[in-house]
Amino acid sequence: MSGYFKDIVTGLKSLVVGMQITNKEFFTKPITLQYPHQSVKMYPRYRGHIELVKDPETGRNRCICCGMCEKGCPSGCITVKSEKKPGVKGKVLTAYILNFTTCSLCGQCVENCKPEAINFSNEYNLASTRREDYIFDLLQKLHPEGVPEPEVDPELLKKEQEKEEAAKKAAAEKKAAAAKKEAAPKAPAKEGGESKAEEKS
Amino acid sequence: MNELIRLLAYMLCIAAFLGLNLAYLGWVERKGAGHFQRRTGPKEVGPYGLLQPLADGLKLMSKQLVVPANADKLIYMAAPVLIMVPSVTLFVAIPFGENLVPREFNFGLIMMFAFASVAGLSILIGGWGSGNKYSLIAGTRAVSQNIAYEIPMLLTAINIVMISGSLDLNEIIRQQGSYIWNWNVFRLDKSILMPVSFLVFFICSVAETNRTPFDMGECEGELVAGYHTEYGGMGFGLYMMAEYANLVIGASLITILFLGGWQSPIGILPGPHWFLLKMYFLIWVFVWIRWTFPRTTFWGLLNLSWKYLIPFAMVNLLLTALFIKVI
Ligand code: SF4
Ligand code: SF4
Repeated sequence: MSGYFKDIVTGLKSLVVGMQITNKEFFTKPITLQYPHQSVKMYPRYRGHIELVKDPETGRNRCICCGMCEKGCPSGCITVKSEKKPGVKGKVLTAYILNFTTCSLCGQCVENCKPEAINFSNEYNLASTRREDYIFDLLQKLHPEGVPEPEVDPELLKKEQEKEEAAKKAAAEKKAAAAKKEAAPKAPAKEGGESKAEEKS
Repeated sequence: MNELIRLLAYMLCIAAFLGLNLAYLGWVERKGAGHFQRRTGPKEVGPYGLLQPLADGLKLMSKQLVVPANADKLIYMAAPVLIMVPSVTLFVAIPFGENLVPREFNFGLIMMFAFASVAGLSILIGGWGSGNKYSLIAGTRAVSQNIAYEIPMLLTAINIVMISGSLDLNEIIRQQGSYIWNWNVFRLDKSILMPVSFLVFFICSVAETNRTPFDMGECEGELVAGYHTEYGGMGFGLYMMAEYANLVIGASLITILFLGGWQSPIGILPGPHWFLLKMYFLIWVFVWIRWTFPRTTFWGLLNLSWKYLIPFAMVNLLLTALFIKVI
Protein backbone atom coordinates (compact mmCIF):
# COMPACT_ATOMS: atom_id res chain seq x y z
CA MET A 1 0.00 0.00 0.00
CA SER A 2 2.85 2.40 0.77
CA GLY A 3 4.29 1.56 -2.63
CA TYR A 4 1.03 2.70 -4.20
CA PHE A 5 1.26 6.22 -2.81
CA LYS A 6 4.98 6.38 -3.37
CA ASP A 7 4.34 5.61 -7.04
CA ILE A 8 1.90 8.47 -7.29
CA VAL A 9 4.24 10.94 -5.65
CA THR A 10 7.31 9.99 -7.67
CA GLY A 11 5.22 9.81 -10.82
CA LEU A 12 3.81 13.28 -10.36
CA LYS A 13 7.23 14.62 -9.47
CA SER A 14 8.75 13.22 -12.65
CA LEU A 15 5.94 14.77 -14.67
CA VAL A 16 6.63 18.16 -13.13
CA VAL A 17 10.35 17.82 -13.84
CA GLY A 18 9.59 17.01 -17.48
CA MET A 19 7.29 20.00 -17.81
CA GLN A 20 9.94 22.26 -16.32
CA ILE A 21 12.49 21.08 -18.84
CA THR A 22 10.28 21.78 -21.84
CA ASN A 23 9.30 25.10 -20.33
CA LYS A 24 12.95 26.06 -20.11
CA GLU A 25 13.54 24.97 -23.69
CA PHE A 26 10.54 27.01 -24.79
CA PHE A 27 12.21 30.21 -23.72
CA THR A 28 15.64 29.43 -25.14
CA LYS A 29 16.49 30.42 -28.66
CA PRO A 30 15.68 27.85 -31.35
CA ILE A 31 18.71 26.21 -32.87
CA THR A 32 17.10 25.53 -36.22
CA LEU A 33 19.28 26.35 -39.18
CA GLN A 34 17.04 27.85 -41.87
CA TYR A 35 18.55 25.69 -44.56
CA PRO A 36 17.84 27.27 -47.90
CA HIS A 37 18.64 30.67 -46.40
CA GLN A 38 21.57 29.51 -44.32
CA SER A 39 23.78 26.47 -44.63
CA VAL A 40 26.23 24.72 -42.38
CA LYS A 41 29.96 24.85 -42.82
CA MET A 42 30.99 21.38 -43.81
CA TYR A 43 33.62 19.47 -41.87
CA PRO A 44 37.03 19.32 -43.54
CA ARG A 45 36.89 15.55 -43.66
CA TYR A 46 33.67 15.51 -45.65
CA ARG A 47 34.08 13.74 -48.98
CA GLY A 48 32.26 15.63 -51.67
CA HIS A 49 32.97 15.27 -55.37
CA ILE A 50 36.63 15.61 -56.30
CA GLU A 51 38.16 18.92 -57.20
CA LEU A 52 41.47 20.07 -58.61
CA VAL A 53 43.90 21.48 -56.07
CA LYS A 54 45.19 24.98 -56.60
CA ASP A 55 48.90 25.22 -56.08
CA PRO A 56 49.37 28.16 -53.70
CA GLU A 57 52.69 29.06 -55.39
CA THR A 58 51.66 29.19 -59.00
CA GLY A 59 47.91 29.62 -58.62
CA ARG A 60 47.36 26.86 -61.16
CA ASN A 61 46.45 23.22 -60.95
CA ARG A 62 49.13 20.64 -60.29
CA CYS A 63 47.92 18.06 -62.79
CA ILE A 64 50.59 16.53 -64.98
CA CYS A 65 48.04 14.88 -67.21
CA CYS A 66 49.36 11.40 -66.56
CA GLY A 67 45.84 9.97 -66.78
CA MET A 68 46.26 7.68 -63.80
CA CYS A 69 43.04 8.93 -62.24
CA GLU A 70 41.18 8.22 -65.43
CA LYS A 71 42.59 4.72 -65.64
CA GLY A 72 42.03 3.96 -61.96
CA CYS A 73 38.45 5.10 -61.77
CA PRO A 74 36.27 1.99 -61.45
CA SER A 75 33.25 3.84 -62.78
CA GLY A 76 35.06 5.43 -65.68
CA CYS A 77 33.72 8.84 -64.91
CA ILE A 78 36.86 10.91 -65.42
CA THR A 79 38.03 12.24 -68.74
CA VAL A 80 41.34 14.11 -68.78
CA LYS A 81 41.94 16.21 -71.88
CA SER A 82 45.39 17.64 -72.48
CA GLU A 83 47.58 18.99 -75.21
CA LYS A 84 51.12 20.01 -75.84
CA LYS A 85 51.70 23.73 -75.84
CA PRO A 86 54.81 25.42 -77.21
CA GLY A 87 57.21 26.55 -74.55
CA VAL A 88 55.59 24.61 -71.70
CA LYS A 89 57.18 21.65 -70.03
CA GLY A 90 55.00 18.55 -70.15
CA LYS A 91 51.39 18.49 -71.21
CA VAL A 92 48.83 21.13 -70.36
CA LEU A 93 45.42 20.26 -68.94
CA THR A 94 42.66 21.66 -71.12
CA ALA A 95 39.65 20.01 -69.53
CA TYR A 96 39.04 17.70 -66.60
CA ILE A 97 35.55 16.26 -67.03
CA LEU A 98 33.99 14.50 -64.06
CA ASN A 99 30.72 12.70 -64.65
CA PHE A 100 29.40 12.87 -61.11
CA THR A 101 26.27 10.85 -61.90
CA THR A 102 28.30 7.64 -61.82
CA CYS A 103 30.99 8.57 -59.32
CA SER A 104 30.90 6.35 -56.25
CA LEU A 105 33.20 8.61 -54.23
CA CYS A 106 35.56 5.68 -53.77
CA GLY A 107 38.63 7.86 -53.76
CA GLN A 108 40.70 5.78 -56.18
CA CYS A 109 41.45 8.83 -58.26
CA VAL A 110 42.75 10.80 -55.28
CA GLU A 111 44.76 7.79 -54.23
CA ASN A 112 46.25 7.37 -57.70
CA CYS A 113 47.30 10.91 -58.24
CA LYS A 114 51.03 11.20 -57.68
CA PRO A 115 51.37 15.00 -57.55
CA GLU A 116 48.27 15.28 -55.32
CA ALA A 117 46.52 17.35 -57.90
CA ILE A 118 43.01 16.28 -56.88
CA ASN A 119 41.22 16.15 -53.57
CA PHE A 120 37.73 15.81 -52.14
CA SER A 121 35.77 19.04 -52.05
CA ASN A 122 33.39 20.13 -49.30
CA GLU A 123 30.58 20.77 -51.72
CA TYR A 124 27.23 19.26 -50.69
CA ASN A 125 24.62 21.60 -52.12
CA LEU A 126 24.24 19.69 -55.36
CA ALA A 127 20.52 19.30 -55.83
CA SER A 128 19.32 19.63 -59.38
CA THR A 129 16.62 18.27 -61.62
CA ARG A 130 18.83 17.99 -64.68
CA ARG A 131 21.31 15.23 -65.27
CA GLU A 132 23.60 17.52 -67.27
CA ASP A 133 24.21 19.60 -64.17
CA TYR A 134 26.33 16.79 -62.77
CA ILE A 135 28.88 16.75 -65.53
CA PHE A 136 31.51 19.09 -64.19
CA ASP A 137 34.56 20.50 -65.81
CA LEU A 138 36.76 20.65 -62.77
CA LEU A 139 39.20 22.97 -64.50
CA GLN A 140 36.42 25.51 -65.02
CA LYS A 141 35.40 25.03 -61.41
CA LEU A 142 38.92 25.71 -60.23
CA HIS A 143 39.13 28.90 -62.26
CA PRO A 144 35.61 30.22 -62.56
CA GLU A 145 36.91 33.57 -63.79
CA GLY A 146 38.73 31.96 -66.72
CA VAL A 147 41.53 29.46 -67.04
CA PRO A 148 44.91 31.24 -66.98
CA GLU A 149 47.38 30.61 -69.77
CA PRO A 150 50.20 28.26 -68.85
CA GLU A 151 53.55 29.82 -68.00
CA VAL A 152 55.86 29.85 -70.98
CA ASP A 153 59.52 29.18 -70.36
CA PRO A 154 61.40 31.36 -72.92
CA GLU A 155 64.50 29.17 -72.85
CA LEU A 156 62.46 26.11 -73.46
CA LEU A 157 60.53 27.89 -76.16
CA LYS A 158 63.75 28.88 -77.90
CA LYS A 159 65.11 25.36 -77.65
CA GLU A 160 61.88 23.97 -78.95
CA GLN A 161 61.83 26.38 -81.84
CA GLU A 162 65.40 25.53 -82.70
CA LYS A 163 64.58 21.90 -82.54
CA GLU A 164 61.58 22.41 -84.72
CA GLU A 165 63.56 24.32 -87.24
CA ALA A 166 66.21 21.62 -87.24
CA ALA A 167 63.52 19.06 -87.73
CA LYS A 168 62.06 21.06 -90.56
CA LYS A 169 65.44 21.41 -92.14
CA ALA A 170 66.06 17.71 -91.82
CA ALA A 171 62.70 16.99 -93.36
CA ALA A 172 63.35 19.36 -96.20
CA GLU A 173 66.75 17.77 -96.79
CA LYS A 174 65.21 14.36 -96.72
CA LYS A 175 62.59 15.49 -99.16
CA ALA A 176 65.16 16.93 -101.42
CA ALA A 177 67.18 13.73 -101.23
CA ALA A 178 64.09 11.69 -101.97
CA ALA A 179 63.32 13.89 -104.95
CA LYS A 180 66.84 13.40 -106.17
CA LYS A 181 66.50 9.70 -105.78
CA GLU A 182 63.22 9.72 -107.64
CA ALA A 183 64.80 11.55 -110.49
CA ALA A 184 67.26 8.68 -110.90
CA PRO A 185 65.85 5.49 -112.52
CA LYS A 186 64.96 2.87 -109.94
CA ALA A 187 63.27 -0.51 -109.51
CA PRO A 188 59.54 -0.31 -108.51
CA ALA A 189 59.88 -2.92 -105.71
CA LYS A 190 62.43 -0.80 -103.87
CA GLU A 191 60.20 2.24 -104.03
CA GLY A 192 57.37 0.41 -102.18
CA GLY A 193 59.71 -0.62 -99.36
CA GLU A 194 60.92 2.91 -98.94
CA SER A 195 57.44 4.40 -98.65
CA LYS A 196 56.59 1.84 -95.97
CA ALA A 197 59.57 2.88 -93.92
CA GLU A 198 58.54 6.50 -94.25
CA GLU A 199 55.10 5.71 -92.91
CA LYS A 200 56.59 4.03 -89.91
CA SER A 201 58.74 6.99 -89.01
CA MET B 1 -38.85 36.64 -34.27
CA ASN B 2 -36.60 37.29 -31.32
CA GLU B 3 -35.80 33.61 -31.19
CA LEU B 4 -34.87 33.60 -34.86
CA ILE B 5 -32.44 36.49 -34.48
CA ARG B 6 -30.91 34.79 -31.51
CA LEU B 7 -30.50 31.59 -33.47
CA LEU B 8 -28.88 33.38 -36.40
CA ALA B 9 -26.56 35.32 -34.14
CA TYR B 10 -25.57 32.12 -32.40
CA MET B 11 -24.86 30.33 -35.65
CA LEU B 12 -22.80 33.19 -37.00
CA CYS B 13 -20.81 33.76 -33.84
CA ILE B 14 -20.13 30.10 -33.24
CA ALA B 15 -19.09 29.58 -36.84
CA ALA B 16 -16.70 32.53 -36.62
CA PHE B 17 -15.38 31.56 -33.19
CA LEU B 18 -14.92 27.93 -34.17
CA GLY B 19 -13.38 28.71 -37.53
CA LEU B 20 -10.85 31.05 -36.02
CA ASN B 21 -10.08 28.74 -33.15
CA LEU B 22 -9.74 25.57 -35.18
CA ALA B 23 -7.43 27.25 -37.66
CA TYR B 24 -5.27 29.08 -35.19
CA LEU B 25 -5.11 26.43 -32.49
CA GLY B 26 -3.40 24.34 -35.12
CA TRP B 27 -0.95 27.15 -35.60
CA VAL B 28 -0.49 27.54 -31.84
CA GLU B 29 0.09 23.85 -31.49
CA ARG B 30 2.71 23.78 -34.21
CA LYS B 31 4.46 26.85 -32.88
CA GLY B 32 4.38 25.36 -29.40
CA ALA B 33 5.63 22.03 -30.65
CA GLY B 34 8.49 23.81 -32.33
CA HIS B 35 9.56 26.02 -29.49
CA PHE B 36 9.22 23.34 -26.82
CA GLN B 37 11.80 21.41 -28.78
CA ARG B 38 13.93 24.40 -29.73
CA ARG B 39 12.67 24.54 -33.27
CA THR B 40 10.84 27.48 -34.79
CA GLY B 41 7.59 26.03 -36.07
CA PRO B 42 5.90 27.45 -39.17
CA LYS B 43 7.46 30.74 -40.24
CA GLU B 44 7.54 30.87 -44.01
CA VAL B 45 3.91 31.65 -44.89
CA GLY B 46 3.15 35.17 -43.73
CA PRO B 47 4.77 36.89 -40.74
CA TYR B 48 5.48 34.30 -38.03
CA GLY B 49 3.77 31.75 -40.26
CA LEU B 50 0.42 33.32 -39.45
CA LEU B 51 -1.03 32.48 -42.83
CA GLN B 52 -0.05 28.85 -42.52
CA PRO B 53 -3.55 27.64 -41.47
CA LEU B 54 -4.93 29.30 -44.59
CA ALA B 55 -2.40 27.57 -46.79
CA ASP B 56 -3.10 24.24 -45.07
CA GLY B 57 -6.83 24.68 -45.52
CA LEU B 58 -6.46 25.48 -49.19
CA LYS B 59 -4.27 22.48 -49.70
CA LEU B 60 -6.63 20.12 -47.91
CA MET B 61 -9.65 21.46 -49.76
CA SER B 62 -8.07 21.07 -53.16
CA LYS B 63 -7.38 17.39 -52.62
CA GLN B 64 -9.39 14.62 -54.10
CA LEU B 65 -11.45 12.49 -51.75
CA VAL B 66 -10.33 8.94 -52.32
CA VAL B 67 -12.43 6.13 -50.92
CA PRO B 68 -10.40 2.96 -50.34
CA ALA B 69 -11.55 -0.06 -52.33
CA ASN B 70 -12.66 -2.18 -49.38
CA ALA B 71 -14.07 0.65 -47.30
CA ASP B 72 -17.71 0.86 -46.30
CA LYS B 73 -18.45 3.90 -48.38
CA LEU B 74 -21.40 5.35 -46.49
CA ILE B 75 -19.83 4.96 -43.06
CA TYR B 76 -16.48 6.12 -44.36
CA MET B 77 -17.93 9.36 -45.68
CA ALA B 78 -20.21 9.93 -42.71
CA ALA B 79 -17.65 9.50 -39.93
CA PRO B 80 -15.76 12.82 -40.29
CA VAL B 81 -19.05 14.69 -40.40
CA LEU B 82 -20.34 12.75 -37.45
CA ILE B 83 -17.33 13.64 -35.35
CA MET B 84 -17.74 17.30 -36.15
CA VAL B 85 -21.46 17.52 -35.36
CA PRO B 86 -21.41 16.89 -31.60
CA SER B 87 -18.38 19.13 -31.17
CA VAL B 88 -20.12 22.03 -32.83
CA THR B 89 -23.43 21.35 -31.15
CA LEU B 90 -21.86 21.41 -27.70
CA PHE B 91 -21.04 25.09 -27.99
CA VAL B 92 -24.73 25.80 -27.61
CA ALA B 93 -24.51 25.14 -23.89
CA ILE B 94 -21.22 26.78 -22.97
CA PRO B 95 -21.69 29.96 -20.92
CA PHE B 96 -18.93 32.29 -22.06
CA GLY B 97 -20.29 35.07 -19.86
CA GLU B 98 -23.11 35.51 -17.40
CA ASN B 99 -25.44 36.57 -20.21
CA LEU B 100 -23.35 35.32 -23.09
CA VAL B 101 -24.70 31.84 -23.43
CA PRO B 102 -26.41 30.65 -26.62
CA ARG B 103 -29.02 28.73 -24.67
CA GLU B 104 -29.31 28.02 -21.00
CA PHE B 105 -30.09 24.38 -20.38
CA ASN B 106 -30.89 23.23 -16.91
CA PHE B 107 -29.26 19.92 -17.77
CA GLY B 108 -26.22 21.38 -19.56
CA LEU B 109 -23.69 19.16 -17.85
CA ILE B 110 -25.45 15.95 -18.84
CA MET B 111 -25.75 17.20 -22.38
CA MET B 112 -22.04 17.86 -22.46
CA PHE B 113 -21.17 14.32 -21.51
CA ALA B 114 -23.82 12.80 -23.71
CA PHE B 115 -22.57 14.53 -26.82
CA ALA B 116 -18.94 14.05 -25.93
CA SER B 117 -19.38 10.31 -26.04
CA VAL B 118 -20.80 10.53 -29.56
CA ALA B 119 -17.37 11.76 -30.62
CA GLY B 120 -15.86 8.51 -29.37
CA LEU B 121 -18.41 6.59 -31.38
CA SER B 122 -17.57 8.45 -34.57
CA ILE B 123 -13.92 7.60 -34.10
CA LEU B 124 -14.88 3.95 -33.96
CA ILE B 125 -17.07 4.34 -37.03
CA GLY B 126 -14.25 6.02 -38.92
CA GLY B 127 -11.89 3.21 -38.01
CA TRP B 128 -14.42 0.56 -38.95
CA GLY B 129 -15.51 2.14 -42.21
CA SER B 130 -11.97 2.54 -43.52
CA GLY B 131 -11.65 -1.20 -44.03
CA ASN B 132 -8.12 -1.10 -42.70
CA LYS B 133 -6.99 -3.22 -39.78
CA TYR B 134 -4.86 -0.48 -38.25
CA SER B 135 -7.71 1.98 -38.34
CA LEU B 136 -9.98 -0.58 -36.73
CA ILE B 137 -7.51 -1.32 -33.95
CA ALA B 138 -7.11 2.40 -33.36
CA GLY B 139 -10.86 2.87 -33.27
CA THR B 140 -11.40 0.14 -30.70
CA ARG B 141 -8.53 1.45 -28.64
CA ALA B 142 -9.95 4.94 -28.64
CA VAL B 143 -13.33 3.66 -27.54
CA SER B 144 -12.04 1.49 -24.72
CA GLN B 145 -9.95 4.42 -23.59
CA ASN B 146 -12.92 6.76 -23.68
CA ILE B 147 -14.98 4.33 -21.64
CA ALA B 148 -12.21 3.90 -19.09
CA TYR B 149 -11.79 7.63 -18.67
CA GLU B 150 -15.41 8.60 -18.72
CA ILE B 151 -15.99 6.85 -15.41
CA PRO B 152 -13.61 8.92 -13.24
CA MET B 153 -14.60 12.00 -15.20
CA LEU B 154 -18.27 11.50 -14.41
CA LEU B 155 -17.53 10.61 -10.80
CA THR B 156 -15.71 13.91 -10.32
CA ALA B 157 -18.43 15.77 -12.18
CA ILE B 158 -20.96 14.32 -9.73
CA ASN B 159 -18.89 15.96 -6.98
CA ILE B 160 -19.51 19.31 -8.50
CA VAL B 161 -23.17 18.57 -9.02
CA MET B 162 -23.48 17.58 -5.38
CA ILE B 163 -21.78 20.77 -4.25
CA SER B 164 -23.79 23.14 -6.39
CA GLY B 165 -27.00 21.14 -6.52
CA SER B 166 -27.53 21.97 -10.17
CA LEU B 167 -26.79 20.61 -13.62
CA ASP B 168 -27.02 24.04 -15.14
CA LEU B 169 -23.56 25.14 -16.21
CA ASN B 170 -24.26 28.81 -15.62
CA GLU B 171 -25.63 28.07 -12.18
CA ILE B 172 -22.50 26.09 -11.34
CA ILE B 173 -20.40 29.10 -12.26
CA ARG B 174 -22.64 31.50 -10.35
CA GLN B 175 -22.23 29.49 -7.20
CA GLN B 176 -18.46 29.78 -7.35
CA GLY B 177 -17.72 33.17 -5.92
CA SER B 178 -15.74 35.90 -7.54
CA TYR B 179 -12.50 35.25 -5.70
CA ILE B 180 -9.98 32.58 -6.48
CA TRP B 181 -10.55 30.72 -3.19
CA ASN B 182 -14.24 30.42 -3.97
CA TRP B 183 -13.60 28.37 -7.08
CA ASN B 184 -14.34 24.69 -6.95
CA VAL B 185 -10.65 23.74 -7.14
CA PHE B 186 -9.96 25.39 -3.81
CA ARG B 187 -13.24 24.85 -2.02
CA LEU B 188 -11.70 22.80 0.72
CA ASP B 189 -14.74 23.34 2.91
CA LYS B 190 -16.72 21.11 0.56
CA SER B 191 -14.11 18.41 0.38
CA ILE B 192 -10.46 18.53 1.26
CA LEU B 193 -9.68 16.51 -1.84
CA MET B 194 -11.01 19.10 -4.29
CA PRO B 195 -7.57 19.85 -5.85
CA VAL B 196 -7.08 16.13 -6.38
CA SER B 197 -10.49 16.01 -7.94
CA PHE B 198 -9.44 18.76 -10.29
CA LEU B 199 -6.32 16.84 -11.23
CA VAL B 200 -8.33 13.70 -11.92
CA PHE B 201 -10.73 15.64 -14.11
CA PHE B 202 -7.86 17.30 -15.93
CA ILE B 203 -6.12 14.01 -16.69
CA CYS B 204 -9.39 12.56 -17.89
CA SER B 205 -9.91 15.52 -20.19
CA VAL B 206 -6.52 14.93 -21.78
CA ALA B 207 -7.48 11.32 -22.33
CA GLU B 208 -10.96 12.19 -23.60
CA THR B 209 -9.59 14.54 -26.21
CA ASN B 210 -7.28 11.74 -27.38
CA ARG B 211 -4.14 13.77 -26.96
CA THR B 212 -0.62 12.69 -26.18
CA PRO B 213 0.32 11.05 -23.80
CA PHE B 214 -3.00 9.27 -24.29
CA ASP B 215 -3.26 9.36 -28.07
CA MET B 216 -3.95 5.67 -28.42
CA GLY B 217 -6.32 6.43 -31.27
CA GLU B 218 -3.59 7.92 -33.40
CA CYS B 219 -0.36 6.24 -32.45
CA GLU B 220 1.86 7.25 -35.31
CA GLY B 221 4.55 4.65 -35.53
CA GLU B 222 2.29 1.85 -34.33
CA LEU B 223 -0.89 2.26 -36.31
CA VAL B 224 0.28 4.49 -39.17
CA ALA B 225 -2.01 7.39 -38.27
CA GLY B 226 -4.70 5.57 -36.35
CA TYR B 227 -8.35 5.92 -37.17
CA HIS B 228 -7.79 8.56 -39.84
CA THR B 229 -5.12 6.66 -41.75
CA GLU B 230 -7.31 6.27 -44.80
CA TYR B 231 -8.61 9.81 -44.82
CA GLY B 232 -7.18 12.46 -47.06
CA GLY B 233 -8.18 15.97 -48.00
CA MET B 234 -11.05 17.46 -46.07
CA GLY B 235 -11.93 14.15 -44.37
CA PHE B 236 -8.65 14.38 -42.57
CA GLY B 237 -9.17 18.11 -42.15
CA LEU B 238 -12.49 17.53 -40.38
CA TYR B 239 -10.87 15.05 -38.02
CA MET B 240 -8.16 17.55 -37.22
CA MET B 241 -10.69 20.33 -36.68
CA ALA B 242 -12.79 18.09 -34.47
CA GLU B 243 -9.74 17.39 -32.36
CA TYR B 244 -9.29 21.09 -31.70
CA ALA B 245 -13.00 21.63 -31.18
CA ASN B 246 -12.92 18.90 -28.55
CA LEU B 247 -9.90 20.57 -27.04
CA VAL B 248 -11.77 23.84 -26.71
CA ILE B 249 -14.75 22.04 -25.20
CA GLY B 250 -12.58 20.10 -22.76
CA ALA B 251 -10.82 23.24 -21.61
CA SER B 252 -14.13 25.07 -21.33
CA LEU B 253 -15.59 22.29 -19.21
CA ILE B 254 -12.67 22.39 -16.78
CA THR B 255 -12.96 26.16 -16.65
CA ILE B 256 -16.67 25.96 -15.91
CA LEU B 257 -16.58 23.18 -13.36
CA PHE B 258 -13.41 24.01 -11.46
CA LEU B 259 -12.06 27.42 -12.34
CA GLY B 260 -15.14 29.56 -11.94
CA GLY B 261 -15.96 30.16 -15.60
CA TRP B 262 -16.43 33.88 -16.22
CA GLN B 263 -15.84 34.76 -12.56
CA SER B 264 -12.91 37.01 -11.90
CA PRO B 265 -10.12 35.68 -9.69
CA ILE B 266 -9.61 39.04 -7.99
CA GLY B 267 -13.21 40.09 -7.64
CA ILE B 268 -13.33 42.77 -10.35
CA LEU B 269 -14.81 42.83 -13.82
CA PRO B 270 -16.26 39.36 -14.24
CA GLY B 271 -16.95 38.58 -17.85
CA PRO B 272 -16.15 36.51 -20.93
CA HIS B 273 -12.55 37.70 -21.02
CA TRP B 274 -11.80 35.74 -17.86
CA PHE B 275 -13.46 32.70 -19.34
CA LEU B 276 -11.37 32.93 -22.50
CA LEU B 277 -8.21 33.62 -20.53
CA LYS B 278 -8.66 30.55 -18.39
CA MET B 279 -9.68 28.42 -21.34
CA TYR B 280 -6.71 29.40 -23.45
CA PHE B 281 -4.36 28.93 -20.55
CA LEU B 282 -5.66 25.39 -20.15
CA ILE B 283 -5.30 24.78 -23.87
CA TRP B 284 -1.74 25.98 -23.62
CA VAL B 285 -1.13 23.50 -20.82
CA PHE B 286 -2.60 20.78 -23.03
CA VAL B 287 -0.16 21.72 -25.77
CA TRP B 288 2.66 21.87 -23.28
CA ILE B 289 1.83 18.40 -22.01
CA ARG B 290 1.52 17.01 -25.49
CA TRP B 291 5.00 18.08 -26.48
CA THR B 292 6.60 17.06 -23.21
CA PHE B 293 5.52 13.51 -22.59
CA PRO B 294 5.83 10.44 -24.75
CA ARG B 295 2.85 8.18 -25.32
CA THR B 296 2.01 5.69 -22.58
CA THR B 297 1.41 2.06 -23.33
CA PHE B 298 -2.17 0.96 -23.69
CA TRP B 299 -1.75 -1.15 -20.61
CA GLY B 300 -0.38 1.76 -18.62
CA LEU B 301 -3.25 3.92 -19.75
CA LEU B 302 -5.95 1.55 -18.51
CA ASN B 303 -3.93 0.88 -15.39
CA LEU B 304 -3.85 4.57 -14.57
CA SER B 305 -7.57 4.86 -14.97
CA TRP B 306 -8.71 1.78 -13.09
CA LYS B 307 -6.09 1.71 -10.36
CA TYR B 308 -5.55 5.38 -9.64
CA LEU B 309 -8.15 7.73 -11.05
CA ILE B 310 -11.30 5.76 -10.30
CA PRO B 311 -10.40 4.95 -6.66
CA PHE B 312 -9.47 8.55 -6.04
CA ALA B 313 -12.63 9.82 -7.67
CA MET B 314 -14.68 7.46 -5.53
CA VAL B 315 -12.96 8.42 -2.30
CA ASN B 316 -13.48 12.04 -3.16
CA LEU B 317 -17.13 11.42 -3.87
CA LEU B 318 -17.59 9.83 -0.44
CA LEU B 319 -15.69 12.64 1.24
CA THR B 320 -17.80 15.27 -0.47
CA ALA B 321 -20.98 13.49 0.55
CA LEU B 322 -19.71 13.35 4.11
CA PHE B 323 -18.74 17.02 4.17
CA ILE B 324 -22.07 18.11 2.76
CA LYS B 325 -24.00 15.98 5.24
CA VAL B 326 -21.94 16.88 8.31
CA ILE B 327 -21.00 20.51 7.76
S1 SF4 C 1 36.01 8.83 -56.53
FE1 SF4 C 1 36.13 6.83 -57.49
S2 SF4 C 1 34.37 6.77 -58.85
FE2 SF4 C 1 34.63 8.92 -58.27
S3 SF4 C 1 35.90 9.77 -59.90
FE3 SF4 C 1 37.32 9.10 -58.29
S4 SF4 C 1 37.88 7.01 -58.87
FE4 SF4 C 1 36.07 7.55 -60.07
S1 SF4 D 1 46.30 11.33 -61.72
FE1 SF4 D 1 46.53 13.44 -60.99
S2 SF4 D 1 48.14 14.24 -62.29
FE2 SF4 D 1 47.45 12.40 -63.29
S3 SF4 D 1 45.88 13.12 -64.75
FE3 SF4 D 1 44.82 12.59 -62.84
S4 SF4 D 1 44.74 14.48 -61.74
FE4 SF4 D 1 46.26 14.80 -63.29
